Amino acid sequence: MQFGIFGVGDISPDPTTGHTQSEAERIGNLIKIARRADEVGLDVFALGEHHNPPFVMSSPPALLAHIAALTDRIILSTAVTLITTNDPVKIAEDYAMVQHVAKGRLDLMLGRGNTVPVYPWFGKDIRQGVPLALENYNLLHRLWREDVVDWEGRFRTPLQGFTSTPRPLDDVPPFVWHGSIRSPETAEQAAYYGNGFFANHILAPNFHFKPIVELYRRRYEHYGHGTAEQAIVGLGGQAFVAKRSQDAVDTYRPYFENYPVFRGSKLEDYMAGTPLTVGSPQEVIEKVLTFQEGFGDYQRQLFSVDALGLPLDMALEQVELLGTEVVPVLRKEMAVRRKPGIPDAPTHASLVRAKYGDAEPRQPRPNPNRGDNLSGTSPYQDSDPAVEASFPAAF
Amino acid sequence: MNDLTPAVTSFTIALVNAGVSDPSSTRLLADRIAQKTVDILEASGTTATVRAIDLGPLAVDIAQGIVSGILNPKVQTAMELLAGADAVIAATPVYKAGISGLFKSFADLIDNDLLIAKPVVLAATGGSARHAMVVDDQLRPLFGFLRTIPVPTSLYCAPEDWASTDLGKRIARAAQELSVMLRSGAGRQIADSNWSGYDHQFGGNATRAQRSLDDVDFTTDFMRLATGASARPQDGDRADVR
Repeated sequence: MQFGIFGVGDISPDPTTGHTQSEAERIGNLIKIARRADEVGLDVFALGEHHNPPFVMSSPPALLAHIAALTDRIILSTAVTLITTNDPVKIAEDYAMVQHVAKGRLDLMLGRGNTVPVYPWFGKDIRQGVPLALENYNLLHRLWREDVVDWEGRFRTPLQGFTSTPRPLDDVPPFVWHGSIRSPETAEQAAYYGNGFFANHILAPNFHFKPIVELYRRRYEHYGHGTAEQAIVGLGGQAFVAKRSQDAVDTYRPYFENYPVFRGSKLEDYMAGTPLTVGSPQEVIEKVLTFQEGFGDYQRQLFSVDALGLPLDMALEQVELLGTEVVPVLRKEMAVRRKPGIPDAPTHASLVRAKYGDAEPRQPRPNPNRGDNLSGTSPYQDSDPAVEASFPAAF
Repeated sequence: MNDLTPAVTSFTIALVNAGVSDPSSTRLLADRIAQKTVDILEASGTTATVRAIDLGPLAVDIAQGIVSGILNPKVQTAMELLAGADAVIAATPVYKAGISGLFKSFADLIDNDLLIAKPVVLAATGGSARHAMVVDDQLRPLFGFLRTIPVPTSLYCAPEDWASTDLGKRIARAAQELSVMLRSGAGRQIADSNWSGYDHQFGGNATRAQRSLDDVDFTTDFMRLATGASARPQDGDRADVR
């Protein structure tokens, strides 16, 4: 079971001081939070892509690559990478590069994005959001698995003889999670490919997303990747911890009640009716254990801890409390409750083992430049000679 | 004439009232419509139960639902009542030459497919006869968007109408229209036979909403695309057919 934190780099004024972090401060703080998460033994740090103020996180791969250099163990991920407005070719290239520099400590979560104006900024149309996401992933999947891709689809120019570089580390693509809360098509795609499925279990009544997780699980089994119980499920969550329960509520209340989404709502109502937990470590532990009971054994739990304008010291304290007081207990308790035969979330190491066993992983070495900046019809020295690149004839 | 012997002999009618006074004249109008409908149905050998949703006490919950996108348990209960009803009587006061903002806010929380093909009586009250067209100008398009079947007679009640026997006649007319719609089963048949033809939301509140694997159609174009098929509509599909 992996535990981690995720955020979207939102900037909002601290309601208790009026201070608004500059973009430079927020970026610096995100790096500090990631390092602390690594130090206290959390498993995952994930950043979500956004393209408009008050969010600062337009380029997760750039920041994740930097964080990779400053951390040792933590898996870096996204929450989410936009599979609609990004060109899947660029996603394949960027994240393969980060996967290399992070030495395999990278996976990613794909999502559609639901901010209407963002789509045209990238030449896309939200009304095509679902098929765009589905088609783009189909292509991404191939780009990371086939040296040479000929492809033709509806939403981008065709590819002829295209090789996405660098090839994934050890020729093993980063593990992919599909994030969704309402599209059965996304659950179906995750199940079809045997990828992970992540339901952002926040901002909605507790277990509201159980039907779609259930759908994914049963289709995962349908496609023969394992039993429904063995499907790879992740959940989002929101927590604020203090040693004493009342301190947590008192400290968190102004942040909660001044945040736009929650204005007019009572913190207590959200604590009672949604996955949000504000309280002592024990209270957070008990709530998360209900997720395991409700959703079945799952593989990844991410918490949002640095949103709502929380200042850096408070966010770092949250990471610390999660890493030292909450997660160690949850690891034990959830392991005890876990049914036998439930796999962990795939990691680079486990995927390499699954692909190669004890053999050496493939290390692609390109053929030499022919003089026209191409390496010929087979891009790599060990490329399958039967698969030849057929370059566009226009030149 | 069609045989109007209904397959169903007991109906549930949801009454949505946006009047906020106590007693509320809007609720009073809705109650008269409901009672008349029940009387007509009972006279023809069927029974009907009326369940009222007063929006006034839910005002804050509805506003929270708009802001947060989450229905709290009180609003959720109202939605389930609405989803389970065979017909709706929708009644709102006219404020500032339009339907009540509370009514519209509640309507904004209704899933697009929640009321498909349900027969509806549209009714409003106002302080002056000059707002009589609000029902047809505002409520009817709203319930058209929700793909309901509003009955032909709209009801509007200005102060002078309360003393008029004509109001009673119009109420009887609307109630008769609703009763015929209900007994014919047309709404239910439309929804049952066409359900997949409308856009739906997985896990929504509609009674026929997809909630589990068994409800999901895995043969749609999007589902095929999800499993690696081409999104290009023409060539591949035709090749399949050949």
